[in-house]
Amino acid sequence: MSPIVELKDVVKTHGQVVAVDKVSLSIGTGEFFFILGPSGSGKSTLLRLIAGLETLDSGTIAIQQHVVNSDPPHTRPVNMVFQQYALFPHMTVFDNIAFGLKMRQQEKNDIQEAVERMAVLVRLEGKMERFPTELSGGEQQRVALARALVNRPVVLLLDEPLAALDQQLRQEMQAELKRVQQEVNATFICVTHQQDEALMLSDRIGVMHGGKILQVGTPKEIYDQPLSSTVAKFIGLSNTVLGTIIRMENDVCWVKPDHFPVLMARCPADLHHGQAMVMIRPEHVHISIDEPTHTYENSLPAVVHHVGFHGHEVFYQCRLGNESLWTVRVPIRESHATALTVGQTLYLQWAAHHSFALSH
Amino acid sequence: MRAMPKFMTISGLMVMGFLYVPVIVLIGFSFNASAVGLAWGGFSLQWYEKLLTDPSIIDAMMNSLIIAVVSTVCSLLFGLGAAIGLEQWRDGDSSWVSTLILLPLVIPEILMGVALLMIFVMVQAPLGFGSIIIGHMVFNLPLTVVILRARLRKFDPAWEEAARDLGATSWDVLTNITLPMLRPAIVGAALLSFTVSLDDFVVTFFVAGPGSTTLPLKVFSMIKTGITPEVNALSAIMVMISMACVGLSWLFQQQANSSLRKKDSRS
Repeated sequence: MSPIVELKDVVKTHGQVVAVDKVSLSIGTGEFFFILGPSGSGKSTLLRLIAGLETLDSGTIAIQQHVVNSDPPHTRPVNMVFQQYALFPHMTVFDNIAFGLKMRQQEKNDIQEAVERMAVLVRLEGKMERFPTELSGGEQQRVALARALVNRPVVLLLDEPLAALDQQLRQEMQAELKRVQQEVNATFICVTHQQDEALMLSDRIGVMHGGKILQVGTPKEIYDQPLSSTVAKFIGLSNTVLGTIIRMENDVCWVKPDHFPVLMARCPADLHHGQAMVMIRPEHVHISIDEPTHTYENSLPAVVHHVGFHGHEVFYQCRLGNESLWTVRVPIRESHATALTVGQTLYLQWAAHHSFALSH
Repeated sequence: MRAMPKFMTISGLMVMGFLYVPVIVLIGFSFNASAVGLAWGGFSLQWYEKLLTDPSIIDAMMNSLIIAVVSTVCSLLFGLGAAIGLEQWRDGDSSWVSTLILLPLVIPEILMGVALLMIFVMVQAPLGFGSIIIGHMVFNLPLTVVILRARLRKFDPAWEEAARDLGATSWDVLTNITLPMLRPAIVGAALLSFTVSLDDFVVTFFVAGPGSTTLPLKVFSMIKTGITPEVNALSAIMVMISMACVGLSWLFQQQANSSLRKKDSRS
């Protein structure tokens, strides 16, 4: 499939700060693509560059194989949903949604029809004559979505679309976003710092940090096979132990931590000898009270530091020697068998293929 | 502890009385049938009738209206440009420009009058409507800019970006977003400028020429021969027009603020 948006070596500086640093990305037609990164990672700037609200310093941005580097925003076939929605306060919901069509001098009847269709899509029927201040946060979000989508953009850009909503509304709107995206079958590029949002909604995620895209992949790839410790730490919880690589063989390596036995882990192709960080997700760690069993390749002794009850799960925090605190998640069904108390000694075990070594 | 609020109430009433009793007395006496000073001779509208049949007063009224309207419109046109320009400049250091623009409001009017007269004489400009209109713009412009800028401060730059993203050109943004958003402030500024211009005496006195007598100048020339009930009636009319304009201007700005309030409280 040919890419609908293609970025090549895009650079943008704000004064001394490099906001976007040589970013290359290619986004396919119909994709729900997420740019995920902490605040200040340059993700919003990247989105604004695609929209044309900022001009890039170097590189190229192509939309539908057409370079748009210096095109002003009103000529680009993209529309944006702004973070605080930026609804026009002096216009009704109808006029807000109709704005783009009016600017393109569409027939009055066509506008009426298109706006009404949008109202149905985002479930705002009957609210057309209200003003933005008379709407709830979720409704304002829907207006912003409709106002952008009514122009049938080739690509819809969303800047932290759910950040201004409270937790419950956010979950509701996440489902709405996915439904709308499937219904209009358009390409969505969404910027967020919420990893759960990105993991749940996206087809692919680009993890951004310090102006660079660190890794692009499906949510599963990003979660299961992070290419760097930055990505691994940013997405999901991870337990880590530092050691020295003593052997590498195909995609497996052996790492020796200072005070613990040798660990076996998957290793990415670009790993090189020296120090490495072994990472393992909390849900893959198993607890054994007795001597290590041989079901799992890896085993480390630890002491229970804190027991946290989370309803459906119990979180155990365990201290490894003088090193880091690890989190182990045990489903409540299984926790009875291993009712642990603070100060108890135990063994943490996991399969080699569930852990990975990353250059440190 | 209850004595304090009571004291406040009384002093508040006294301040209001201090401000408004003279005006109320003046309006009252404009309905006095008696022609001599302070003796009440019954209710009458004869002085108003007399005013409206005096061609020199009708002339002065027309002059005042023309000058007020033209100087208001000109102030709005230039003020809009200045206000929008200054706000876009907000990121840079424009504080000294802001201060300079406001300065004419605090310079003693008599100095402004003398200075303007000197300039007009220097460039040999004829004194009359033109000079008065320019003179009034010297205080109407800063007034307009202050009011418009206060409104522009509440302007979210994302509105403009959203409009551009939705296909609006710079001109579309101005006519569809900026001006409608500014409308309450534009109306407010216009009413206020109109009032100040209508009431101005000092600057007008210096830069007026033959045939451009405004209402305040007319009142001044009439009281040279003593305060007649006619003057009272004329003053009463002026006071009421001014108050109506200021009241309207206040209402418009109230309305403008309330339409933004929800937005403010959220952000």
